[in-house]
Amino acid sequence: MNDIHLLSGAYALDALDDLERARFKDHLAQCPDCTEEVASLREAAAFLAEETLMTPPPGLRTAVLTRVSQVRPLPPLAVRRRPKHRFPLLLAAAVAIIAGVGAVAWSPWTNDAAPSDAERVLQASDAQRAVVDLGESGRATVVRSVAEDKAVIVTEEMVAPPEGMVFQVWFQTPEDDMVPAGVMEPVPDQTLVLDGSAADAVGAGITVEPEGGSPAPTSEPIALFDLT
Amino acid sequence: MDHLRPVPPEDPAHAGSSGEGAASPGPDPAALLHSAARGDEAAFAQFYDLTSSKAYGLALRVVRNPAHAQEVTQEAYLDVWRQSARYDSSRGSAMAWLMTIVHRKAVDRVRSVESSSVREVTWERESQPIDHDQTAETAHASLEGRRVRSAVAELTPIQREAVELAYFGGYTHTEVASMLDVPLGTAKTRIRDGLIRLRDALGVGS
Repeated sequence: MNDIHLLSGAYALDALDDLERARFKDHLAQCPDCTEEVASLREAAAFLAEETLMTPPPGLRTAVLTRVSQVRPLPPLAVRRRPKHRFPLLLAAAVAIIAGVGAVAWSPWTNDAAPSDAERVLQASDAQRAVVDLGESGRATVVRSVAEDKAVIVTEEMVAPPEGMVFQVWFQTPEDDMVPAGVMEPVPDQTLVLDGSAADAVGAGITVEPEGGSPAPTSEPIALFDLT
Repeated sequence: MDHLRPVPPEDPAHAGSSGEGAASPGPDPAALLHSAARGDEAAFAQFYDLTSSKAYGLALRVVRNPAHAQEVTQEAYLDVWRQSARYDSSRGSAMAWLMTIVHRKAVDRVRSVESSSVREVTWERESQPIDHDQTAETAHASLEGRRVRSAVAELTPIQREAVELAYFGGYTHTEVASMLDVPLGTAKTRIRDGLIRLRDALGVGS
Protein backbone atom coordinates (compact mmCIF):
# COMPACT_ATOMS: atom_id res chain seq x y z
CA MET A 1 0.00 0.00 0.00
CA ASN A 2 1.27 3.39 -0.94
CA ASP A 3 2.28 5.33 2.12
CA ILE A 4 0.02 8.28 1.48
CA HIS A 5 -3.09 6.17 2.10
CA LEU A 6 -1.97 5.86 5.69
CA LEU A 7 -2.68 9.54 6.20
CA SER A 8 -6.43 9.02 5.91
CA GLY A 9 -6.95 8.79 9.66
CA ALA A 10 -4.83 11.82 10.46
CA TYR A 11 -6.61 13.73 7.68
CA ALA A 12 -10.02 12.77 9.07
CA LEU A 13 -8.94 14.17 12.44
CA ASP A 14 -7.37 17.37 11.02
CA ALA A 15 -4.01 16.11 12.27
CA LEU A 16 -1.98 17.01 9.20
CA ASP A 17 0.08 20.13 8.74
CA ASP A 18 -0.80 22.44 5.87
CA LEU A 19 1.55 20.90 3.35
CA GLU A 20 0.60 17.30 4.12
CA ARG A 21 -3.02 18.30 3.98
CA ALA A 22 -2.63 19.89 0.57
CA ARG A 23 -0.85 16.78 -0.70
CA PHE A 24 -3.41 14.41 0.72
CA LYS A 25 -6.22 16.40 -0.84
CA ASP A 26 -4.53 16.08 -4.20
CA HIS A 27 -4.40 12.38 -3.57
CA LEU A 28 -8.07 12.20 -2.52
CA ALA A 29 -9.13 13.72 -5.81
CA GLN A 30 -7.88 10.59 -7.56
CA CYS A 31 -8.41 7.90 -4.93
CA PRO A 32 -12.04 6.89 -4.38
CA ASP A 33 -10.96 4.31 -1.76
CA CYS A 34 -9.37 6.95 0.42
CA THR A 35 -12.32 9.28 -0.09
CA GLU A 36 -14.66 6.61 1.15
CA GLU A 37 -12.38 5.67 4.00
CA VAL A 38 -12.07 9.28 5.15
CA ALA A 39 -15.86 9.63 5.16
CA SER A 40 -16.27 6.49 7.23
CA LEU A 41 -13.56 7.53 9.68
CA ARG A 42 -15.20 10.91 10.11
CA GLU A 43 -18.44 9.16 10.96
CA ALA A 44 -16.58 7.22 13.64
CA ALA A 45 -14.76 10.30 14.93
CA ALA A 46 -18.02 12.20 15.32
CA PHE A 47 -19.04 9.61 17.90
CA LEU A 48 -16.06 10.48 20.08
CA ALA A 49 -17.67 13.81 20.85
CA GLU A 50 -20.43 11.85 22.54
CA GLU A 51 -18.12 11.80 25.53
CA THR A 52 -17.73 15.55 25.79
CA LEU A 53 -21.33 16.71 25.61
CA MET A 54 -21.75 20.17 27.03
CA THR A 55 -24.84 22.32 26.90
CA PRO A 56 -23.86 25.66 25.39
CA PRO A 57 -24.94 28.87 27.12
CA PRO A 58 -28.42 30.00 25.99
CA GLY A 59 -26.96 33.19 24.54
CA LEU A 60 -25.20 31.13 21.88
CA ARG A 61 -28.49 29.84 20.52
CA THR A 62 -29.83 33.37 20.25
CA ALA A 63 -26.63 34.56 18.58
CA VAL A 64 -26.60 31.71 16.07
CA LEU A 65 -30.25 32.10 15.15
CA THR A 66 -29.91 35.87 14.84
CA ARG A 67 -26.96 35.52 12.47
CA VAL A 68 -28.80 32.88 10.51
CA SER A 69 -31.81 35.10 10.02
CA GLN A 70 -29.55 37.64 8.33
CA VAL A 71 -27.91 35.25 5.88
CA ARG A 72 -29.40 33.47 2.92
CA PRO A 73 -28.49 29.80 2.46
CA LEU A 74 -26.46 29.22 -0.68
CA PRO A 75 -28.10 27.58 -3.66
CA PRO A 76 -27.19 23.95 -4.35
CA LEU A 77 -23.97 23.46 -6.24
CA ALA A 78 -24.37 23.32 -9.98
CA VAL A 79 -23.01 20.23 -11.61
CA ARG A 80 -19.82 22.10 -12.47
CA ARG A 81 -18.58 25.19 -10.82
CA ARG A 82 -19.40 28.32 -12.72
CA PRO A 83 -16.66 30.74 -11.80
CA LYS A 84 -18.51 33.73 -13.15
CA HIS A 85 -21.47 33.10 -10.95
CA ARG A 86 -19.53 32.13 -7.92
CA PHE A 87 -17.15 35.00 -7.95
CA PRO A 88 -19.41 37.59 -6.31
CA LEU A 89 -19.74 35.21 -3.39
CA LEU A 90 -16.04 35.36 -2.97
CA LEU A 91 -16.13 39.13 -2.81
CA ALA A 92 -18.89 39.01 -0.27
CA ALA A 93 -17.05 36.50 1.84
CA ALA A 94 -13.69 38.17 1.62
CA VAL A 95 -14.36 40.68 4.31
CA ALA A 96 -15.59 37.97 6.57
CA ILE A 97 -12.75 36.52 8.51
CA ILE A 98 -9.15 37.43 8.82
CA ALA A 99 -7.56 34.96 11.12
CA GLY A 100 -4.72 35.73 13.44
CA VAL A 101 -1.16 34.85 12.76
CA GLY A 102 0.51 32.11 14.61
CA ALA A 103 4.03 30.87 14.69
CA VAL A 104 3.84 27.16 14.32
CA ALA A 105 6.41 24.69 15.39
CA TRP A 106 6.85 22.68 12.25
CA SER A 107 8.29 19.28 12.61
CA PRO A 108 11.23 18.15 10.59
CA TRP A 109 10.22 16.97 7.19
CA THR A 110 10.50 13.25 7.06
CA ASN A 111 10.63 12.56 3.37
CA ASP A 112 13.76 11.28 1.77
CA ALA A 113 14.04 13.88 -0.97
CA ALA A 114 15.68 17.21 -0.29
CA PRO A 115 13.03 19.66 0.83
CA SER A 116 11.65 22.00 -1.80
CA ASP A 117 11.49 25.74 -1.22
CA ALA A 118 7.88 25.37 -0.14
CA GLU A 119 8.75 22.63 2.31
CA ARG A 120 11.59 24.65 3.79
CA VAL A 121 9.23 27.53 4.50
CA LEU A 122 6.45 25.32 5.78
CA GLN A 123 8.76 23.50 8.14
CA ALA A 124 10.81 26.52 9.25
CA SER A 125 11.00 26.82 13.00
CA ASP A 126 9.90 30.45 12.72
CA ALA A 127 7.04 29.75 10.30
CA GLN A 128 4.11 32.10 10.79
CA ARG A 129 0.75 31.35 9.29
CA ALA A 130 -2.28 33.49 8.54
CA VAL A 131 -5.45 31.81 7.40
CA VAL A 132 -8.27 33.46 5.50
CA ASP A 133 -11.43 31.39 5.46
CA LEU A 134 -13.54 32.38 2.48
CA GLY A 135 -16.35 30.08 3.46
CA GLU A 136 -17.76 28.35 0.43
CA SER A 137 -15.21 30.09 -1.77
CA GLY A 138 -12.30 28.23 -0.25
CA ARG A 139 -9.46 28.84 2.14
CA ALA A 140 -6.07 30.37 1.72
CA THR A 141 -3.14 30.21 4.10
CA VAL A 142 0.01 32.28 3.86
CA VAL A 143 3.02 30.85 5.67
CA ARG A 144 6.06 33.07 6.04
CA SER A 145 9.52 32.35 7.41
CA VAL A 146 11.64 35.37 8.20
CA ALA A 147 14.72 33.18 8.44
CA GLU A 148 14.11 31.75 4.96
CA ASP A 149 12.99 35.19 3.71
CA LYS A 150 10.24 33.41 1.81
CA ALA A 151 6.52 32.94 2.01
CA VAL A 152 4.19 30.34 0.58
CA ILE A 153 0.50 30.50 -0.16
CA VAL A 154 -1.55 27.33 0.17
CA THR A 155 -5.11 27.27 -1.11
CA GLU A 156 -7.85 24.73 -0.65
CA GLU A 157 -10.99 24.49 -2.72
CA MET A 158 -10.47 28.02 -3.94
CA VAL A 159 -13.00 29.18 -6.51
CA ALA A 160 -11.73 29.94 -9.98
CA PRO A 161 -11.15 33.59 -10.87
CA PRO A 162 -13.60 35.25 -13.29
CA GLU A 163 -12.93 34.58 -16.95
CA GLY A 164 -9.94 36.40 -18.35
CA MET A 165 -8.76 37.25 -14.83
CA VAL A 166 -6.26 35.83 -12.36
CA PHE A 167 -5.68 35.94 -8.64
CA GLN A 168 -2.50 37.86 -7.93
CA VAL A 169 -0.70 37.83 -4.61
CA TRP A 170 1.00 40.89 -3.10
CA PHE A 171 3.26 41.59 -0.20
CA GLN A 172 2.45 44.61 1.86
CA THR A 173 5.59 46.54 2.84
CA PRO A 174 5.96 48.39 6.14
CA GLU A 175 5.34 51.55 4.05
CA ASP A 176 2.02 50.07 2.94
CA ASP A 177 3.12 49.56 -0.66
CA MET A 178 1.83 46.48 -2.41
CA VAL A 179 4.63 44.54 -4.12
CA PRO A 180 3.78 41.83 -6.67
CA ALA A 181 4.48 38.36 -5.25
CA GLY A 182 3.12 36.06 -7.93
CA VAL A 183 0.11 35.00 -9.92
CA MET A 184 -1.85 31.96 -8.78
CA GLU A 185 -2.79 29.05 -11.00
CA PRO A 186 -6.56 28.79 -11.54
CA VAL A 187 -6.75 25.51 -9.65
CA PRO A 188 -8.59 24.94 -6.37
CA ASP A 189 -5.69 23.45 -4.40
CA GLN A 190 -2.17 24.69 -4.77
CA THR A 191 1.01 25.49 -2.92
CA LEU A 192 2.84 28.46 -4.41
CA VAL A 193 6.15 29.91 -3.27
CA LEU A 194 5.74 33.66 -3.45
CA ASP A 195 8.19 35.81 -5.39
CA GLY A 196 10.53 38.18 -3.68
CA SER A 197 11.72 38.89 -0.20
CA ALA A 198 9.16 38.10 2.46
CA ALA A 199 11.01 38.91 5.66
CA ASP A 200 9.85 42.51 5.97
CA ALA A 201 6.30 42.09 4.72
CA VAL A 202 3.69 43.20 7.22
CA GLY A 203 1.00 41.45 5.29
CA ALA A 204 -0.06 39.80 2.07
CA GLY A 205 -3.13 40.17 -0.05
CA ILE A 206 -4.89 38.70 -3.05
CA THR A 207 -6.50 40.80 -5.77
CA VAL A 208 -8.22 39.98 -9.02
CA GLU A 209 -6.19 41.18 -12.00
CA PRO A 210 -6.31 40.84 -15.76
CA GLU A 211 -4.54 37.75 -17.09
CA GLY A 212 -0.79 37.97 -16.70
CA GLY A 213 -1.04 40.09 -13.59
CA SER A 214 -0.49 43.79 -12.97
CA PRO A 215 2.49 45.80 -11.72
CA ALA A 216 0.25 47.32 -9.04
CA PRO A 217 -3.14 46.23 -7.70
CA THR A 218 -6.05 47.49 -9.79
CA SER A 219 -8.78 46.32 -7.43
CA GLU A 220 -9.56 45.95 -3.78
CA PRO A 221 -8.09 42.84 -2.14
CA ILE A 222 -10.37 39.85 -1.76
CA ALA A 223 -8.29 38.51 1.09
CA LEU A 224 -5.77 40.04 3.45
CA PHE A 225 -3.23 38.19 5.57
CA ASP A 226 -1.78 39.85 8.63
CA LEU A 227 1.89 39.01 9.06
CA THR A 228 2.81 41.43 11.83
CA MET B 1 -46.19 -13.45 19.43
CA ASP B 2 -45.06 -12.10 16.12
CA HIS B 3 -46.50 -8.71 16.95
CA LEU B 4 -44.26 -8.49 19.96
CA ARG B 5 -40.70 -7.58 19.56
CA PRO B 6 -38.14 -8.45 22.16
CA VAL B 7 -37.66 -5.71 24.69
CA PRO B 8 -34.63 -3.73 23.69
CA PRO B 9 -31.88 -3.63 26.25
CA GLU B 10 -31.99 0.15 26.49
CA ASP B 11 -34.50 2.94 26.33
CA PRO B 12 -36.09 2.56 22.91
CA ALA B 13 -36.14 6.32 22.40
CA HIS B 14 -32.37 6.08 22.02
CA ALA B 15 -31.83 2.70 20.54
CA GLY B 16 -30.64 2.77 16.98
CA SER B 17 -30.24 6.49 16.98
CA SER B 18 -27.59 7.62 14.58
CA GLY B 19 -25.47 9.27 17.18
CA GLU B 20 -27.25 12.44 18.09
CA GLY B 21 -27.22 11.64 21.77
CA ALA B 22 -30.11 14.01 22.25
CA ALA B 23 -32.87 13.17 24.61
CA SER B 24 -35.69 13.43 22.11
CA PRO B 25 -36.21 10.92 19.36
CA GLY B 26 -37.19 13.98 17.25
CA PRO B 27 -36.69 14.50 13.56
CA ASP B 28 -33.75 13.35 11.57
CA PRO B 29 -30.98 15.97 11.41
CA ALA B 30 -30.52 15.39 7.70
CA ALA B 31 -34.19 16.15 7.06
CA LEU B 32 -33.88 19.31 9.13
CA LEU B 33 -30.90 20.40 7.07
CA HIS B 34 -32.87 19.90 3.88
CA SER B 35 -35.57 22.18 5.22
CA ALA B 36 -32.95 24.68 6.34
CA ALA B 37 -31.60 24.75 2.80
CA ARG B 38 -34.95 26.21 1.74
CA GLY B 39 -34.62 28.95 4.35
CA ASP B 40 -36.59 27.25 7.13
CA GLU B 41 -35.15 28.90 10.22
CA ALA B 42 -37.36 26.92 12.59
CA ALA B 43 -35.99 23.67 11.19
CA PHE B 44 -32.49 25.01 11.66
CA ALA B 45 -33.30 25.93 15.26
CA GLN B 46 -34.39 22.34 15.79
CA PHE B 47 -31.20 21.12 14.19
CA TYR B 48 -29.28 23.35 16.58
CA ASP B 49 -31.18 22.04 19.59
CA LEU B 50 -30.55 18.48 18.53
CA THR B 51 -26.84 18.87 17.96
CA SER B 52 -25.49 21.84 19.88
CA SER B 53 -24.36 20.10 23.06
CA LYS B 54 -22.23 17.82 20.97
CA ALA B 55 -20.86 20.61 18.78
CA TYR B 56 -20.17 22.98 21.67
CA GLY B 57 -18.79 20.18 23.83
CA LEU B 58 -16.25 19.28 21.16
CA ALA B 59 -15.30 22.90 20.49
CA LEU B 60 -14.80 23.49 24.19
CA ARG B 61 -12.78 20.34 24.63
CA VAL B 62 -10.42 21.35 21.82
CA VAL B 63 -10.06 25.10 22.34
CA ARG B 64 -10.69 25.05 26.11
CA ASN B 65 -11.60 28.70 26.38
CA PRO B 66 -15.41 29.03 26.61
CA ALA B 67 -15.51 32.35 24.71
CA HIS B 68 -13.45 30.88 21.88
CA ALA B 69 -15.52 27.72 21.91
CA GLN B 70 -18.66 29.78 21.47
CA GLU B 71 -17.16 31.66 18.55
CA VAL B 72 -16.04 28.45 16.92
CA THR B 73 -19.45 26.88 17.41
CA GLN B 74 -21.23 29.92 16.05
CA GLU B 75 -19.03 30.07 12.95
CA ALA B 76 -19.59 26.39 12.36
CA TYR B 77 -23.38 26.66 12.54
CA LEU B 78 -23.35 29.67 10.26
CA ASP B 79 -21.34 27.65 7.73
CA VAL B 80 -23.75 24.77 8.05
CA TRP B 81 -26.71 27.07 7.46
CA ARG B 82 -25.15 28.65 4.40
CA GLN B 83 -24.04 25.37 2.94
CA SER B 84 -27.07 23.32 3.94
CA ALA B 85 -28.13 22.88 0.31
CA ARG B 86 -24.75 21.35 -0.40
CA TYR B 87 -24.96 18.71 2.28
CA ASP B 88 -25.19 15.37 0.52
CA SER B 89 -26.69 12.67 2.70
CA SER B 90 -25.33 9.95 0.43
CA ARG B 91 -21.83 10.96 1.51
CA GLY B 92 -22.34 10.78 5.25
CA SER B 93 -24.53 11.67 8.18
CA ALA B 94 -25.52 15.24 8.98
CA MET B 95 -23.96 14.83 12.40
CA ALA B 96 -20.59 13.82 10.99
CA TRP B 97 -20.77 16.71 8.54
CA LEU B 98 -21.41 19.20 11.33
CA MET B 99 -18.77 17.72 13.61
CA THR B 100 -16.17 17.78 10.82
CA ILE B 101 -16.80 21.50 10.36
CA VAL B 102 -16.70 22.21 14.09
CA HIS B 103 -13.52 20.22 14.54
CA ARG B 104 -11.70 21.90 11.69
CA LYS B 105 -12.57 25.35 12.99
CA ALA B 106 -11.58 24.42 16.53
CA VAL B 107 -8.23 23.07 15.37
CA ASP B 108 -7.61 26.17 13.27
CA ARG B 109 -8.32 28.24 16.32
CA VAL B 110 -5.90 26.45 18.65
CA ARG B 111 -3.17 26.44 16.03
CA SER B 112 -3.44 30.13 15.24
CA VAL B 113 -3.77 31.16 18.86
CA GLU B 114 -0.40 29.59 19.53
CA SER B 115 1.38 32.70 18.38
CA SER B 116 4.65 33.86 19.80
CA SER B 117 4.16 31.88 22.95
CA VAL B 118 4.03 28.43 21.46
CA ARG B 119 5.68 26.89 24.44
CA GLU B 120 3.56 28.61 27.00
CA VAL B 121 0.35 27.64 25.32
CA THR B 122 1.47 24.09 24.76
CA TRP B 123 2.42 23.94 28.37
CA GLU B 124 -0.97 25.26 29.30
CA ARG B 125 -2.73 22.80 27.07
CA GLU B 126 -0.85 19.94 28.57
CA SER B 127 -0.82 20.95 32.16
CA GLN B 128 -4.41 21.96 32.62
CA PRO B 129 -6.40 18.87 32.01
CA ILE B 130 -10.00 19.88 31.76
CA ASP B 131 -12.34 18.80 34.46
CA HIS B 132 -13.63 15.64 32.97
CA ASP B 133 -16.58 15.35 35.30
CA GLN B 134 -17.78 18.77 34.34
CA THR B 135 -17.27 18.56 30.60
CA ALA B 136 -18.78 15.16 30.35
CA GLU B 137 -21.63 16.18 32.60
CA THR B 138 -24.33 14.81 30.43
CA ALA B 139 -22.38 12.02 28.80
CA HIS B 140 -23.26 9.61 31.54
CA ALA B 141 -26.88 10.08 30.82
CA SER B 142 -26.33 9.24 27.19
CA LEU B 143 -26.69 5.73 25.96
CA GLU B 144 -24.73 6.72 22.90
CA GLY B 145 -21.97 7.71 25.30
CA ARG B 146 -21.95 4.26 26.83
CA ARG B 147 -21.84 2.68 23.41
CA VAL B 148 -18.92 4.89 22.44
CA ARG B 149 -17.03 4.13 25.61
CA SER B 150 -17.28 0.44 25.04
CA ALA B 151 -16.12 0.88 21.46
CA VAL B 152 -13.20 3.04 22.59
CA ALA B 153 -12.30 0.35 25.10
CA GLU B 154 -11.52 -1.94 22.19
CA LEU B 155 -8.63 0.24 21.06
CA THR B 156 -5.12 -0.49 22.25
CA PRO B 157 -3.89 2.11 24.74
CA ILE B 158 -1.57 3.67 22.18
CA GLN B 159 -4.30 3.83 19.53
CA ARG B 160 -6.64 5.47 21.98
CA GLU B 161 -4.06 7.98 23.11
CA ALA B 162 -3.06 8.84 19.56
CA VAL B 163 -6.67 9.30 18.47
CA GLU B 164 -7.53 11.41 21.51
CA LEU B 165 -4.46 13.65 21.25
CA ALA B 166 -5.29 14.31 17.62
CA TYR B 167 -9.05 14.69 18.00
CA PHE B 168 -9.38 16.39 21.36
CA GLY B 169 -5.90 17.89 21.61
CA GLY B 170 -5.85 19.23 18.06
CA TYR B 171 -2.27 18.03 17.61
CA THR B 172 -0.79 16.94 14.29
CA HIS B 173 0.31 13.35 13.92
CA THR B 174 3.95 14.46 14.06
CA GLU B 175 3.31 16.22 17.35
CA VAL B 176 1.44 13.17 18.58
CA ALA B 177 4.41 10.98 17.67
CA SER B 178 6.77 13.06 19.74
CA MET B 179 4.34 13.34 22.65
CA LEU B 180 3.89 9.59 22.72
CA ASP B 181 7.57 9.03 22.10
CA VAL B 182 6.99 6.78 19.12
CA PRO B 183 8.91 7.00 15.83
CA LEU B 184 7.77 9.64 13.35
CA GLY B 185 5.33 8.10 10.96
CA THR B 186 4.02 5.70 13.55
CA ALA B 187 1.40 7.99 15.01
CA LYS B 188 -0.48 8.33 11.72
CA THR B 189 -0.83 4.55 11.52
CA ARG B 190 -1.94 4.33 15.14
CA ILE B 191 -4.53 7.02 14.47
CA ARG B 192 -5.78 5.28 11.36
CA ASP B 193 -5.83 1.81 12.92
CA GLY B 194 -7.57 3.21 15.98
CA LEU B 195 -10.26 4.95 13.95
CA ILE B 196 -10.83 1.88 11.81
CA ARG B 197 -11.27 -0.24 14.91
CA LEU B 198 -13.59 2.35 16.41
CA ARG B 199 -15.60 2.53 13.20
CA ASP B 200 -15.96 -1.23 13.04
CA ALA B 201 -16.87 -1.51 16.72
CA LEU B 202 -19.55 1.12 16.24
CA GLY B 203 -20.66 -0.39 12.97
CA VAL B 204 -20.80 2.97 11.17
CA GLY B 205 -19.87 4.41 7.87
CA SER B 206 -18.98 1.28 5.97
